[in-house]
Amino acid sequence: MAFVVFLGLQVGVLTAFGQAPGQGQRPALPIIPLNSDTTHSLSKYFIPASNVKKTPDAKGFIQRWLVLEPVRKSISRNSILTENYLRTAFSTDNFSADYTTVPKNGEKVKVGDQELKWYALDSKVYNFNFYHFTYAINKPPFGVLFWLVTVINCPEEIKNVRMAAGANSAGMFWLNGEEALMIPGDKDMIVDNVTSSLLTLKKGKNIIRTAVVNGPGMCSFCVRFLDDKGLPVKNYTISYQ
Amino acid sequence: MCATTLLSLSFAETVMAQVGKPFIHDPSTIAESGGKYYTFGTGSGGLVSDDGWNWSAGGVRPGGGVAPDIIKIGDRYYVAYAKGAGGDHASAVYVMWSKTLDPKSPDFGFKDETLVASSGGLEDCDAIDPAFLLAPDGKLWLSYGTYFGNIRLVELDPKTGKRMPGNKALDIAIDCEATDLMYQDGWYYLLGTHGTCCDGTNSTYNIVVGRSKKVTGPYLDNMGRDMLKGGGKMVLAVGGRAVGAGHFGRFIIENGVEKMSFHWEADFDLGGRSTLGIRPLLWKNGWPYAGESFKEGTYEIESERRGYALELVVDFTRMAGGMRGFGRNTDEPVKPVASQELADVIKTWPTDKIDVRIGDYMFRPHQKWTITAAPDAGGYLGGPYYKIVIAGTERALAATADAEVITVPAFSGAPEQLWRIDQLTDGTYRIMPKVVPNSGEKLVLVSTGDSTPSLGKFDMNSDNSKWNFKAH
Repeated sequence: MAFVVFLGLQVGVLTAFGQAPGQGQRPALPIIPLNSDTTHSLSKYFIPASNVKKTPDAKGFIQRWLVLEPVRKSISRNSILTENYLRTAFSTDNFSADYTTVPKNGEKVKVGDQELKWYALDSKVYNFNFYHFTYAINKPPFGVLFWLVTVINCPEEIKNVRMAAGANSAGMFWLNGEEALMIPGDKDMIVDNVTSSLLTLKKGKNIIRTAVVNGPGMCSFCVRFLDDKGLPVKNYTISYQ
Repeated sequence: MCATTLLSLSFAETVMAQVGKPFIHDPSTIAESGGKYYTFGTGSGGLVSDDGWNWSAGGVRPGGGVAPDIIKIGDRYYVAYAKGAGGDHASAVYVMWSKTLDPKSPDFGFKDETLVASSGGLEDCDAIDPAFLLAPDGKLWLSYGTYFGNIRLVELDPKTGKRMPGNKALDIAIDCEATDLMYQDGWYYLLGTHGTCCDGTNSTYNIVVGRSKKVTGPYLDNMGRDMLKGGGKMVLAVGGRAVGAGHFGRFIIENGVEKMSFHWEADFDLGGRSTLGIRPLLWKNGWPYAGESFKEGTYEIESERRGYALELVVDFTRMAGGMRGFGRNTDEPVKPVASQELADVIKTWPTDKIDVRIGDYMFRPHQKWTITAAPDAGGYLGGPYYKIVIAGTERALAATADAEVITVPAFSGAPEQLWRIDQLTDGTYRIMPKVVPNSGEKLVLVSTGDSTPSLGKFDMNSDNSKWNFKAH
């Protein structure tokens, strides 16, 4: 969210709100203790390229993803992330127009003039936090577009499910090359904020493509599938290929 | 079109906002000190009001920083506020106290400023936007945080305002800010603000709530979603021509009469500026929500006791016609029947004082009341004083020295003709004269019988004290 903008605004208007004189000399405030661990490490919040069999978590959230380094975007406010903006951005700042493509861990691709690297990661929590990801790989956290891919493997066809997602700030999701849902605007990461129409997960591999974009502030997303009773779908495995 | 209808239409959408210069961002919970109301905001000052309606710049809060909160415990006003250390969300919450908020008082002066919570810059929290809760068991809690990660909860010592030794911060919500906590009927409620802050007329700031049986959570919304996963049930987002409700604060006037304070990111009628908002705080099925600011207009004033309507004690004037006989031709053309108009009956009314009673509502002129804010009459927390007159006339409802209620031929602006209207926590209304002549008692309009109004003490547990305004 746009707290950076908020602070900037306040500097200019505080005199309009504040009106009282100070109270003279005040004792110095205690110093804010800063974090001492400033190492950049993926393993703090992620498990890199695990070979362990992976299923959705207890609530059905998908934690295993191939994640591309951030595409730089000039975004001053998240409220510009309208439907048209997203479609244009995801079309032009794309690594592949084939939405069933599954990249490889460590592979490098070109997006515009940027050469970017794919990472295979398991998030240690239900959602995927891009601030942690960018800090770990020492990339800018704000004004960014992220591409993600994952593969879910169904032992049998699963009908009448809905993809359910939340993203901070905006995003779009595809299933097997087809658009499943979009989250436009300056949104917070709210579980099940947007759901798709009824979908079928086919037997075997199903490919999910995700794009999340953010200007200032925190950036994260979560996604799962819900059955026709609104309960999480969990009878599949998740892989990087 | 008749005059009454014109009045009704023209008043239908008029909603009053706080008057004066109620410009503030990130207001604290409103506190009363020395007979005045105070709210502090981001920056070094805040707003002050003599009556809770007319607000202007005032108040002294040292420290600057952002988004303070106030709570009174014993004879101390504790104030929490936050300051950033710059850079990656390294911030801190400080608490200090003063015996009064009146800077002119000799007792004024903030003391014992202490650090109670912080974020070190590389963690899932930004320690700003603090808010207090004094729980029923006497424990003092403080929530804080913003969109950058989690909202956290710490315990403070209610005797000093300092952090309880050994207390560890708990994560209780995610992706929101400007939180507050409150307790009601066995539940703890966590209010959070979602949406876009600080974008003026484009701000989507909105206040949501989750609840828990324990102060430490989990705070779940009406769908069972944890606020740690973004859950929240809407309390208030937009009102009239104002957008971006945020920074909830609760003010309990008495049992059944509660207000919520907040800011609008942009009030379109006040230049799109960030302004203080005050609304009734209502409860339904265990969930809080914002009531509406009272809208000027022409209404039936219905008693909650029986459902009858407040009316003048005048002769019921029969209209032409009567029951259409049975067995008549159903193919005859249908012609609307005109309503009885004021001009049809007013000449039959006394010209002096007229008593009031409560009777069957028939949308007759002696039952329609036009309610408008009285000019230059001041107000109370969240509303102006109103004049209540029979529609199309200046005949005004008034309190009498013997604690009864009558109408006088013309509104004079006398305090016994000014009425305070508070929406109650169950959605009904309390109607209270500003003054009962020769009395220091605070009395409200009550039903003493199904058909008899009077003035009496307010009792939230009795429908005698409650009224509804119905626009027909």
